[in-house]
Amino acid sequence: MRNFKRIDVWRWLIIGFVGAYLLIPVFAMLEFSTRGAPGERSTEAWTAIPTFPKLLSSIFSSLQLAVVVILAVVFILVPTMIWIHLRLPHLRRYMELLCLLPLTIPAIVIVVGIAPTYRALYQVFGSSPITLSFVYFILVLPYSYRSISASLFSIDSHTLSEASRSLGASTIRMIAGIIVPNIKVGIMSGAVISIALVLGEFTISNLLNFETMQVVINLLGKRDAATSVAVSLAALVFAFILLAILPTTNRSRSSKLKTNRKVGMVIK
Amino acid sequence: MSAAIEVKLIGLSKSFGEVKALNNFSLEMAKGELVALLGPSGCGKTTALRALAGLQPLDSGKIIVHDEDITNLPTSKRNMGMVFQSYSLFPHMSALENVEYGLKMRFRKFSSSERQKKSKELLDLVDLASHMNHFPHQLSGGQQQRIALARALAISPNVLLLDEPLSALDAKVRSQLRDEIRRIQLEVGTTTLFVTHDQEEALGIADRVGVMKKGVLEQIATPAQLYDKPVTSFVAEFVGLTNPIEGEVRNGKINILGQEIEVLPGSVTSGKAKALIRPEAISINKESNANAQVLTIGFLGSMLRVLLKLNNGSMVTAQLPSSDNPNYKIGDQVLMRINPVPVFAKEL
Repeated sequence: MRNFKRIDVWRWLIIGFVGAYLLIPVFAMLEFSTRGAPGERSTEAWTAIPTFPKLLSSIFSSLQLAVVVILAVVFILVPTMIWIHLRLPHLRRYMELLCLLPLTIPAIVIVVGIAPTYRALYQVFGSSPITLSFVYFILVLPYSYRSISASLFSIDSHTLSEASRSLGASTIRMIAGIIVPNIKVGIMSGAVISIALVLGEFTISNLLNFETMQVVINLLGKRDAATSVAVSLAALVFAFILLAILPTTNRSRSSKLKTNRKVGMVIK
Repeated sequence: MSAAIEVKLIGLSKSFGEVKALNNFSLEMAKGELVALLGPSGCGKTTALRALAGLQPLDSGKIIVHDEDITNLPTSKRNMGMVFQSYSLFPHMSALENVEYGLKMRFRKFSSSERQKKSKELLDLVDLASHMNHFPHQLSGGQQQRIALARALAISPNVLLLDEPLSALDAKVRSQLRDEIRRIQLEVGTTTLFVTHDQEEALGIADRVGVMKKGVLEQIATPAQLYDKPVTSFVAEFVGLTNPIEGEVRNGKINILGQEIEVLPGSVTSGKAKALIRPEAISINKESNANAQVLTIGFLGSMLRVLLKLNNGSMVTAQLPSSDNPNYKIGDQVLMRINPVPVFAKEL
């Protein structure tokens, strides 16, 4: 009994310490961004956000980038991984190696390596920040690959795909209608991490001279620190909200399943 | 086979490296027939079924269904209903949605209500209409396989393919579902290929049973013919139990324990051989000129399994009706006789 109490105390101590470590800077940001005249609170820094046209366009660019990267994950990475998993399993470890490689390469090395490619890309696609999606797609590969791969291994995808094909489904319908819904959890997790990564990326976009949200926040910080902190906090809260919302949408079906489980019990 | 041939597998061959999974394998199935492929693991029975489904590319051979060559047709266009060994219901769909899936894929002209009506009829056929809104994880293994059967039948398949559908179930459910599969198959009249390594399953429900070994069909016959008149020693030993008893073959008969018993075609034609005697073909009596001793007695309900030691030292298992048994005891000296039915004699 005493042992349990001691464990409980430790548990709350650790939770308290981690919570403080994570939340104190957030509260400090909030405090700083709402500081007004001595002894007063002000929302000036927050209301100033829309007055910086560059800032709004950079936020919009970052959001666009996040969407394009997620689309690339869903429409390029997911089908490729499913195809390799089902039809070319001998290529699986090469695919894994390729996808995990970006983790081992520092951002600065990626920039140095990719800069000549981007010079060519400017000529084809112009200098829109959206072109960053090419390199961001590579950056999110390790995280997306891991979560999607874990989901694929958690289901009997071979039997499900064969059952689906024998019932008349084409390969595309099999992937879209049977495999993807069953690895949705992995895709969602990959998407959430990708959004967080794209919204928070600074080094590459800065070195390649693109004005993404983090780059503009950095510039803004040199001119108007309070607004810069307000935008950073807003971006942080936005990422938290996404992290909270996306898994919930995925859970709606499973909570329905749980309800059904309570109603109808298994009959032998 | 009097009915028209519906399915022809002609000279199918498939190798996995050095291993020949199918070696010039041929099989014909009549309309509405249930054929079981039986054999040990790795004999090629599942490869043959998967080849018919289009899930296994072949090295050579031809597959003809309804007089149409479907050898190179993709799986999705073959119209084969398949029930898998592992549970294959789509986890994110209810039982009803699972059954509807094939109808959605194949019969796009069906309205939603038509699909639902047909799906409910099929769930009714497998006695699970009351579970149509349940998800796979809410169903037992037997129920999942019954819904998988309904799903396979929903598309009115040319051939129903059953790939060891009962092997993951416990003994009682397996036996119930086996009988149910046969009832439903007879009711809908779909030509069916059933793959199993369990001879009781195969002999219990099939019109004909094909025994396979190393990619070759050793024998295909009705269950009774297969049991009573095996054409190879492998078939004789694989299907049912046998006691190998040494004797001498001469003029189409084998002499065992002083008895002359006819040998089946395909047996050794002369010289010393081992007759493969079924346990139920052996009878024992308490007589003074005993040639065996009772070692153990096992009670199997309607039958007794008696292990005998012959005077020459070899062991023989006899299966006797419990009702005719005059209370044998361990250690009894008995006279063992063999019923004069033709037996298969193999080389020593």
